[in-house]
Amino acid sequence: MYPENFRYTKEHEWVRVDGAIGTVGITNHAQNELGDIVYVDLPKPGTQVSQGGTLGSVESVKAVSDIYAPVSGEVTEVNTVLADAPEKLNADPHGEAWLVKIKLGTPGEFEKLMSAADYQAYIGAEK
Amino acid sequence: MITKVRAHLSQNEPLIFERSSPGKIGYQLPELDVPAVDAVQMLGTENVRAEIRGFPEVSEVETIRHFTRLSTWNYAIDYGMYPLGSCTMKYNPRVNELVARIDGLAWAHPYQPDALAQGSMEVMARLEAALAEITGMDAVTLQPAAGAHGELTGILMIRKLLEKRGNPRKKILIPDSAHGTNPASAVIAGYAVQPVPSSTTGALDVGILERIVDEDVAALMLTNPNTLGVFEHDILRIADVVHAKGALLYMDGANMNALMGMARPGDFGVDALHLNLHKTFSTPHGGGGPGAGPVAVKKELEPYLPAPRLKRSGKKWAWEYQRKHSIGRVRAYYGSFGVLVRALAYILAHGGPGLRNVTIDAVLNANYLRKKLEPHFELPYTAPNMHEVVFSDERQAKRGVRTGDFAKRLIDYGFHPYTVSFPLIVHGALMIEPTETEGKRELDHFIEAMVSIAEEVEKEPEIVLTAPHGTRTSRVDEVTAARKPVLRWK
Amino acid sequence: MRYLPKSDSERREMLDACGVGSAEDLFSHLPEAVRLKRPLDLAPGISEYEIVQYFRDRAAENANGYASFLGAGVYSHFQPVLVDTVVSRGEFLTAYTPYQAEIAQGTLMAIFEFQTMICQLTGMDVANASMYDGSTALAEAAMMAVRATGKGRLLVARSVHPEYREVLRTYAHNQRLPVEEFGYLADAGMLDSEDLEAKIDGLTGAVIVQSPNFFGIVDRVKEAAEIAHRAGALLIVVFTEAVSLGILEPVAEADIVAGELQSFAISPSYGGPFAGIIGTREKFIRQMPGRLVGQTTDTRGNRAFCLTLATREQHIRREKATSNICTNQALIALMATVFMTVYGKQGLRQLAEQNLAKAHYLAGRVKPRFCGKFFNEFVARAPGKTPDAINKALLRRKIIGGLPLARFYPELADSMLLCATEMSHRKDMDAVGEIFA
Repeated sequence: MYPENFRYTKEHEWVRVDGAIGTVGITNHAQNELGDIVYVDLPKPGTQVSQGGTLGSVESVKAVSDIYAPVSGEVTEVNTVLADAPEKLNADPHGEAWLVKIKLGTPGEFEKLMSAADYQAYIGAEK
Repeated sequence: MITKVRAHLSQNEPLIFERSSPGKIGYQLPELDVPAVDAVQMLGTENVRAEIRGFPEVSEVETIRHFTRLSTWNYAIDYGMYPLGSCTMKYNPRVNELVARIDGLAWAHPYQPDALAQGSMEVMARLEAALAEITGMDAVTLQPAAGAHGELTGILMIRKLLEKRGNPRKKILIPDSAHGTNPASAVIAGYAVQPVPSSTTGALDVGILERIVDEDVAALMLTNPNTLGVFEHDILRIADVVHAKGALLYMDGANMNALMGMARPGDFGVDALHLNLHKTFSTPHGGGGPGAGPVAVKKELEPYLPAPRLKRSGKKWAWEYQRKHSIGRVRAYYGSFGVLVRALAYILAHGGPGLRNVTIDAVLNANYLRKKLEPHFELPYTAPNMHEVVFSDERQAKRGVRTGDFAKRLIDYGFHPYTVSFPLIVHGALMIEPTETEGKRELDHFIEAMVSIAEEVEKEPEIVLTAPHGTRTSRVDEVTAARKPVLRWK
Repeated sequence: MRYLPKSDSERREMLDACGVGSAEDLFSHLPEAVRLKRPLDLAPGISEYEIVQYFRDRAAENANGYASFLGAGVYSHFQPVLVDTVVSRGEFLTAYTPYQAEIAQGTLMAIFEFQTMICQLTGMDVANASMYDGSTALAEAAMMAVRATGKGRLLVARSVHPEYREVLRTYAHNQRLPVEEFGYLADAGMLDSEDLEAKIDGLTGAVIVQSPNFFGIVDRVKEAAEIAHRAGALLIVVFTEAVSLGILEPVAEADIVAGELQSFAISPSYGGPFAGIIGTREKFIRQMPGRLVGQTTDTRGNRAFCLTLATREQHIRREKATSNICTNQALIALMATVFMTVYGKQGLRQLAEQNLAKAHYLAGRVKPRFCGKFFNEFVARAPGKTPDAINKALLRRKIIGGLPLARFYPELADSMLLCATEMSHRKDMDAVGEIFA
């Protein structure tokens, strides 16, 4: 369920790194907790984000959840698919419904995040 | 078994635009007693519109049928109880409707000369005095148009007082059990919000409060009794803690129905509070407004009240505009006067002893429900409750049924749901407030319904999960409504 | 007491069920120190007849049977009987906010129709389910513009209703948003575009104008729009006289419209309750405050309505909400909806034309001070007579004259604002003319 090559945060974001670019999304646990997603609010390309800072938000009918940046850097790409089809975030949170791509600004952040195993233990304990 | 309602035919009715056809009219104006004028000449061609595209064109008969049919699709207090916690859905007395419509009051223009508005001014002055007495405060403004508006007004006054003392400070403390308008109002007033956790008894955690109140805190915004319906027993100590650091105590007066004639916020350390006339004081909800949110303050805050204020000048009332320290206006004119009339009529009907009896019966009703429902629902906080009680859906959740589903099934039994999922400190909350205007029979029906549904949850949860079944409309698709908003007819 | 439906025996049964001797026992947990130890100092409760008498006596102390030429944001218009008939139905009057859509379709559909009619009238893409009033609608529109542009400076025309500007200042001050005013032309009573041009800059989030403006003048909104948009600011257009929309072309260049609906069968009632509206373009929907009703379907596929986009609002977003507003003035908005339905497309036009005719007849008797085109209000002065003296003389004829402007515009201290509507009688307008002469 949780890809091994991703790293995870306590706020239920995931990040995957390819070279200098990190791809960020929210986890399956997160989308499940939120229920049917109706809207995703994401920053514009060019925005600088720092680790732990607010990246945007995800809305269901009755709740809003902030998304926090798992890594620092500059937003290079935003997934436009979600503007018209926010439901994809429920369907494929780890794949098609990635949120943003970030050009990594601070080396070493990625490695310090939770592994897939740690994350699964974390959400198991949360229950 | 469902005893309070039975199926019944209700009329279909399209949107008024779908009923329209060109040339139908529902009005007639008198003939002009002056010459007609050419609009283009008077206003300029570029300013005159061609037509109001799409606007309705129907007869009087269709108008009455349209709105009457629509009205039959609603639940209302006139049909039965709304057990909505924190809403105080009490009976809306009809004499209040009559008096608000008396010509001399209904047609008064806010700018008509004071000498010709003494009646309206006397009404407002009398209401101010009554609310001050009920709350134990020194001065009242009737300007705010709603509870949230009152909150903003109160916080702005606190800010101005602190500015005068040299430092407006930076943040407002708000319990995590608070109504959403509290933090929203604080932010609009220019403050940051810091939540204060509730303790394991559901009351404010005074130990934590003592640690976090500092000189950056402008105020604590408290609801008392809180949103669990529990009186903050440490309120005097809470007030001391807050005041010791030069901060003020603001009270959200939404739950005033639990206190009238029994305790007064002014006597337990509150510096400012707002009241909801559409809750405690019976003014009608009207499907979502209008309400009114007067603010009552202690003497120290009086100079900052919105201007103008009523002033007695010999035997007459006058509006005093020159108030140097006022926070300014929070709305045009003086207040939602029509709502104020209704609230005063309510107070006149009850008088002092009557209002105390209102509170007593409100608390009795809520406790009766608690006693009867306790065997069937999880009660997360066992402290004595006042006018409302909060259960959690823990037991029902084990069968996959959440508070929202349970509430929908209650509709099939002929009731409006209780408040769902609030306060947030209770997971899966069922917040129930019957108010004093419910009799034993209605309460027993409600208990019967709740117990019956709880049984259904055990034996056939599907019927609860797919409720409501008896209504004109089944569950609506709120997800698509949010994903692809359609906010007007085209 | 007639509103407390419990007999003594029922009360007794309930107390027994609660395991207490008396109802007062249920309050014994309250700390002694906070208990009120005396009765409330309020007169005892009175009967229904006495309540009615009390308010009749108060009404008699107000103006009764006077003709009035007051406007200035609150207007005298005929109230179709059907308006009161509809809102007196218990299902509308005593219903709660339509959070439970299945048992509130009446309220929801009526609001959806309301939202639609406001869009049709104002030319905007979307309108909300109403705000407290026009003045707070303006303040909220300004905050909306600041959110949308990220720029905090506000420029407002002096020809916008003075009390609306005061409210704007109260809201803006605490959000640390600078508010500056630009003037109007002394001859035309229209906004001074040169002054606006001089004052606008790259930090301006919104330019706020009113049309018809406080002086009743149909203002040069297109020019203001052009200047605002060039500087990257939004244009907010305010209206206080909703009937004007029956004949005036809506401003296509407006980004946000904020207005007051009191003219639509809502009693002046000494200043409230009223209903404000905010209308805007599609792209600003998520910045809008207040409730919104949307169309959807139910599980059986039937059309249905529900509150939507609630995540903008306080009960979900809390401190990050677009506004703290909880209410929409639902019943007032319903009154306006019935009014708009009764008059309809033709009626609202004819009503506006009658207003135009009446006011221009009055203007023939009392020369307007400004040369700008006006709808149903205008500013006038009488040589050698103060507005107070004129009004005193009019009162002797049981006529309430216009609003003396000294309190709001010192430079217009010799003038008053006169309004004539379809309710004004020729003979009263002739009387005003005589006193002015």
